[in-house]
Amino acid sequence: MTKNLVVIGAGMASGRMLEHLFDTQPGAWNVTLFNAEPRGNYNRLMLSPVLSGDKTYAEIVTHDTDWYEGHGVTCRFGEKVERIDRAARIVHGENGPVPYDRLVIATGSNPFMIPLPGHDLPGVIPYRDLEDTERMMGLGAKPGAKAIVIGGGLLGLEAAAGMAARGVDVTVIHVMGHLMERQLDEAAGYLLKKALEAKGITVLTSANSKEIMGTDGHVSGLLLDDGTELPCDLLVMAVGIRPNVALAKEAGLAVGRGIHVDDAMITSDEHILALGECVEHQGAIFGLVAPLYDQAKVAADTLGDTPAIFTPKEVATKLKVTGCDLFSAGDFAEGDGRDDIVFRDPARGIYKRLVLEGERLIGAVMYGDTADGAWFHGLIKDKTDVSDMRDTLIFGPAFQGGAQSDPLAAVAALPADAEICGCNGVCKSTIVDAIKGGATSLTDVRAQTKASASCGTCTGLVEQVMALSLGDAFEVQTVKPMCPCTPLTHMDVRRLIKSRGLKSMAAVMQECGWETSCGCASCRPALNYYLLCDWPGEYQDDDQSRFVNERMHSNIQKDGTYSVVPRMWGGITSAAELRAIADAADKYNVQTVKVTGGQRIDLLGVKKQDLPDIWADLNAAGMVSGQAYAKGLRTVKTCVGTDHCRFGTQDSTGLGIRMEKALWGSWTPAKVKMAVSGCPRNCSESTCKDVGVICVDSGYVLHIGGAAGLHIQGTVVMCTVKTEDEVLEYTAAVLQLYREEAAYLERMYKWLDNVGLDHIVARVVTDADSRKALADRFYYAQQFMQQDPWAERTKPAFRNLWQPLADLTLEAAE
Amino acid sequence: MTNWTDIGALEDIPERGARVVKTHIGCVAVFRTIDNEVFAIDDACPHKGGPLSEGIVHGRSVTCPLHNMVLRLDTGLAQGADTGAVNTYPIRVEGGRILLDTAKLRRAQVA
Repeated sequence: MTKNLVVIGAGMASGRMLEHLFDTQPGAWNVTLFNAEPRGNYNRLMLSPVLSGDKTYAEIVTHDTDWYEGHGVTCRFGEKVERIDRAARIVHGENGPVPYDRLVIATGSNPFMIPLPGHDLPGVIPYRDLEDTERMMGLGAKPGAKAIVIGGGLLGLEAAAGMAARGVDVTVIHVMGHLMERQLDEAAGYLLKKALEAKGITVLTSANSKEIMGTDGHVSGLLLDDGTELPCDLLVMAVGIRPNVALAKEAGLAVGRGIHVDDAMITSDEHILALGECVEHQGAIFGLVAPLYDQAKVAADTLGDTPAIFTPKEVATKLKVTGCDLFSAGDFAEGDGRDDIVFRDPARGIYKRLVLEGERLIGAVMYGDTADGAWFHGLIKDKTDVSDMRDTLIFGPAFQGGAQSDPLAAVAALPADAEICGCNGVCKSTIVDAIKGGATSLTDVRAQTKASASCGTCTGLVEQVMALSLGDAFEVQTVKPMCPCTPLTHMDVRRLIKSRGLKSMAAVMQECGWETSCGCASCRPALNYYLLCDWPGEYQDDDQSRFVNERMHSNIQKDGTYSVVPRMWGGITSAAELRAIADAADKYNVQTVKVTGGQRIDLLGVKKQDLPDIWADLNAAGMVSGQAYAKGLRTVKTCVGTDHCRFGTQDSTGLGIRMEKALWGSWTPAKVKMAVSGCPRNCSESTCKDVGVICVDSGYVLHIGGAAGLHIQGTVVMCTVKTEDEVLEYTAAVLQLYREEAAYLERMYKWLDNVGLDHIVARVVTDADSRKALADRFYYAQQFMQQDPWAERTKPAFRNLWQPLADLTLEAAE
Repeated sequence: MTNWTDIGALEDIPERGARVVKTHIGCVAVFRTIDNEVFAIDDACPHKGGPLSEGIVHGRSVTCPLHNMVLRLDTGLAQGADTGAVNTYPIRVEGGRILLDTAKLRRAQVA
């Protein structure tokens, strides 16, 4: 006897289920199909190609009217289901009731709309169905149209690329630090961003939307919380989906985030099944199509009383944007007992990362070359033991099955015309010829052939060619790499940042072939400094790559409290400042008040949560951070000079204050201390400072490269100048040269040792144009640096970061 | 016994950063990695008690801000030549909210 089946929702999951049903149980069911959209099933995944113009709607229809008629399906499209009467087993539609023996709920999901002010304005749409797609397509017809997409996930980026392909000016706003953070790691996210930008799409990451603005009752722009206003004619929100459970919930079915189903896709009512994006199975909900098709098969079997079990599998993701080739599958977080294999080809923009756990491949992320994606996905799904092919795994299936290769043998096997250095187009025979001609060191080969002389990533390969040609006569040079994440030295990396225009940490790690996914505690602060120094105003300082003191703008002490040191310009203070400091010391229970060697006052033992308050109090009294924690300008120590001293030759105090006011705030490779002494008696100890000025009757003697810490190092004289203005210009110039050339954590005296005084004198003293250019670059950067970090961080947006995330002590006491 | 307690939203913690939760057994540091995983460990380095929540987070590890001991966030074990460990606590993210198993905190106190 034919039984009545009612299906609510004509989407991809229920469509696939009906196909299985009619295949395996022909004639068994009398089907009624409800759908909220006024049409039947089409391939929603293909909306993006429709949007970009690669396909038409007709091409993506999966079930047309003929198909439904042929299988005797009663279609009630565009009709709302009002309620389900479970006791009587009747579905009530707007146009009348339908009785059922079995009911399948496939109501799918609703796009999540962030409840920003203005989210209900006309022109703010999700990206979900054909109507949305048509709205976006319509925009392409309007010249100069602008669109904003909120959400840098799969769907959002497809929407952005589709509209861009139709000539729309598109901006993507993404709240996280990199695109598609659920599927991609930072490196792949960086490459994707680069590719989208090349398509003319503006991508803003770490961007928070604040308000959607409207004009004449229609969306007109988006306001970000940093005050940026972006105009637009259409705003697409693609930030995620929520299972559509309203109907099931009303009917009293068990519902969590989605409609609860068991392994046979049966809900808490044995007559009702559910499948698709509306269900929750073992705590998981579903947004990609592969598991939905598995559910469809299981649901069809269950309806036919054939036992079947739904087992979630690893799902792979591919982005359907022309020219952006990416693939991600499995779990690619780092972990204990997990190993990363990373392959980067900076020249071709390729990044591949495999994550292994024991003998198994558990995750893969690829960008640029995804040809082996399916093979890797297979290895993940089948839990294949990959230990035998581990060394060559990342090169894909083409490389498997041969003998284990000795790297030298592989280089030996390369033909003479094989390209070794991609940057300079140097092939193997050119290098071999140079060696035959007498080159015995890497430096020689570099000088003669230019191999490995640009980006340097092929250095290892060049060395292998040399080892083959020279045999035992060749010793690999020992240069100290920056950290275990890279074979490159600090200087290599600095050079590449400038020459390749690398402006983000992810860019550096990708283009320089970093061997870890997000660096380490040693390279991250260095890279953050290099980027900040080389791209002032462009690179965004990364707090999470800063050592605690520079992140907290105070010095951490052994008990986890902090010390707070306000600036005292040139070591001069006033009764009013001292009163404010004394008040702060009382108010925040400062344990110790200490006069420092740099002529200021240190308040020790301040609790972390009190920091913003004590800063605000000191700010209110006109004081700013002394940056006693910074790899930057600490103090300019002075003596009283001509103001009071009977030996003073110049206004050393005034000059010290001028210098400190001009130079503070700048980040440098290591700390910088300065002093100005009013006469050669040198009461402010200028000759053991990074930069020291000694005033003489005829002008100012400029000293550099002193230190009095781990090493005692007297200064050397750089030059003598006549005016205070010259002191300022020369000091800024030498500081900038140091900023641009030294390795991170290298004090000025070590840099001086490495480059030599002659080099510095040539750039700063004898060549006036060079000095002027250095000083100009320094002051250009200063406009971005001279903001009191304390004042910034006492603003409400920052404040709660100093408080605990939660306080559970009260709850535990219950 | 398991007692998942909502302690805040994932975005309350900076990527590659940490925040502290005050509990009756002391501060617990809650970390968020670059891959948006979340871990909870004691906020005191086994070496000299440094606040691990203030360290630099890299991969699934944190470097203590006081003397650079590196600890795994998932196992709590010191890395490299160092020995030592901190307690780890069950934690997970559901719908953007961070849930900490506070039952484990109670057991730790009894033990």
